[in-house]
Amino acid sequence: MSATPMSTALADPRDRGGPAQPMLIARGLRRYFRLKGRGQAVRAVDDVSFTVFKGETLGVVGESGCGKSTLARLLLHLLVPQAGEMVFDGDLVGAARGIGIAALRQQVQMVFQDSAASLNPRMPVRDSIAFGPLAAGQSRAAARQTAEALLQQVGLRPDLFGPRYPHELSGGQKQRVNIARALALGPRMVILDEAVSALDKSVEAQVLNLLRDLKRRLNLTYLFISHDLNVVRYISERVLVMYLGQVVELGPATAVFAAPRHPYTRALLASRLSMDADRRTLEPPLQGDPPSPIDAPSGCRFRTRCPCAEAVCASRAPPLGHWEDRASHIAACHMATQGSGHTLAGAG
Amino acid sequence: MSETAIQAAAETPPASPMRGYWRSVFARLGRDPITLCFAVVVLAIVLAALAAPLIAPFDPYQQSIIGRLKPPGWRGHPLGTDELGRDLLSRLLYGGRISLLMGLAPVLIATLIGGTLGMIGGFAGRLANTAIMRTMDVFYAFPSVLLAVAISGAMGGGIGNGILSLSLVFTPAMCRIAETASAQVKHLDYIEAARASGASAARILRHHVLGNVLGPVLIYASSLVSVSILLASGLSFLGLGVQPPEPDWGLMLSTLRQSLYVDPLGCALPGIAIFTTSVCFNLLSDGVRRAMDVRA
Repeated sequence: MSATPMSTALADPRDRGGPAQPMLIARGLRRYFRLKGRGQAVRAVDDVSFTVFKGETLGVVGESGCGKSTLARLLLHLLVPQAGEMVFDGDLVGAARGIGIAALRQQVQMVFQDSAASLNPRMPVRDSIAFGPLAAGQSRAAARQTAEALLQQVGLRPDLFGPRYPHELSGGQKQRVNIARALALGPRMVILDEAVSALDKSVEAQVLNLLRDLKRRLNLTYLFISHDLNVVRYISERVLVMYLGQVVELGPATAVFAAPRHPYTRALLASRLSMDADRRTLEPPLQGDPPSPIDAPSGCRFRTRCPCAEAVCASRAPPLGHWEDRASHIAACHMATQGSGHTLAGAG
Repeated sequence: MSETAIQAAAETPPASPMRGYWRSVFARLGRDPITLCFAVVVLAIVLAALAAPLIAPFDPYQQSIIGRLKPPGWRGHPLGTDELGRDLLSRLLYGGRISLLMGLAPVLIATLIGGTLGMIGGFAGRLANTAIMRTMDVFYAFPSVLLAVAISGAMGGGIGNGILSLSLVFTPAMCRIAETASAQVKHLDYIEAARASGASAARILRHHVLGNVLGPVLIYASSLVSVSILLASGLSFLGLGVQPPEPDWGLMLSTLRQSLYVDPLGCALPGIAIFTTSVCFNLLSDGVRRAMDVRA
């Protein structure tokens, strides 16, 4: 992997100094999907900003349809963001003096949720893995060696599994192949979009451990997208909670799970299943479906389902708060902001 | 990686993605005796047409006033004679050359052009798709026979122009089928993953899209072979395709048709030739498509 030369001109804009330059900074990412015939748009990702530090795992959680997968595709420019910018390791993405999309894709790769759909059914899995290196200009022999070494790394015997077709593998094996494929270009960061969600619990644990193991060995950075809070808690150092295309809470995993500051996060945590009777929560689970992202509620988007909603929540959108460093724990809720006008302000 | 792993992998040969795939396709074909039978018949027909000068018992143009519409076996004519006293077997053999050419060449050209355009149209963005598909729709709007007649009529008769006009007739439908198949896979995750790996559109088309487009296109192409032979004979009938003394199955069918009540067998023979050829092509391509499906 070629190291990206650090550009001094585009040093960390937050200017915290030190060697800990973030791997990826996303600022104000936005993607609306226009609806045909009607003048409306689905606000899939609406002004999302966050930072991913080198070597960490940032978990992204939220209900179905909250924009998690759209966000993942925006980060790889598989979908083009309509607004906002990204800084990858100090280089502005897509700018003339920054890092190009092609170069970004060499360094950031993705594992998709549907392990079956993300492999070409007509290609032996070894060739699927070798496809990226071949496209990047490696020789056939080198690409094949890369593929076989990677199969070994993800725990599949290359001689046994390499020549097989996707339909001859189990879900867990297919997802291992997908992980190998994502690693084939030697990325520094991997986006895992619900990568273990479709797997059986026992297989899920194996793949999670594999991911942890790979991260340590290859010095990777993960953006781990999931709707499963237990999994996110297991693997993430920091957590970002999304609701209807917006970030509602962001902070270290321990803090978010121990003391959630946004009522949506609290409700999500309350909806978790627990095997332990002592740890069961008495908070009511969320009612109903999230409102349509086409005409999202005014003010705070969560207010229609929030047990603590007041007048101020309808009139003003709560700011996410001031983010300082990786220990910051912020939430977009009037209750978390002193002097916001909410009667419970400062209490949460 | 261990030494044994490398060796074991070396025994399962595929070095390039596509060659490994085709090798497995042929392996599956080899285990399908029925398809192999049809392949042999198709091969026999093609060889017979190619070797016509060597195996034909008579000159296909030699007429005989007294020997018209004679039954099989008459004076050494194995299948009898036609309405001008020419040897039927010889004309069938020679006719196979032109009929197969008229049956295969337009389909091949249409598959190449229409298939490629459709694959690109289905995969490309909205603008390229609209440009390609709307152009095809213009051709699609005409009834196929009318279009073929119009083009041949405008450019004059002859085999070359016949092939050209039939190619133009078949291209839009072929394009549409390829476009549908291509658009279906466009948004699948493995295409996204390929894009994310930085591969060029051409490479993605070749390695990931082509295999999915080939199946439906092959099936449709094989069904077009018989249509093409018949359309070509229709053109010949109107004096726009193959010109009369030239032997051609379609042309033979349309001239012998007049003596249906006198010599039903002689009339049926070119029809049987067309029927056998098209059925065998159909079933052969069906078998090939099945062999191409790795999940079978």
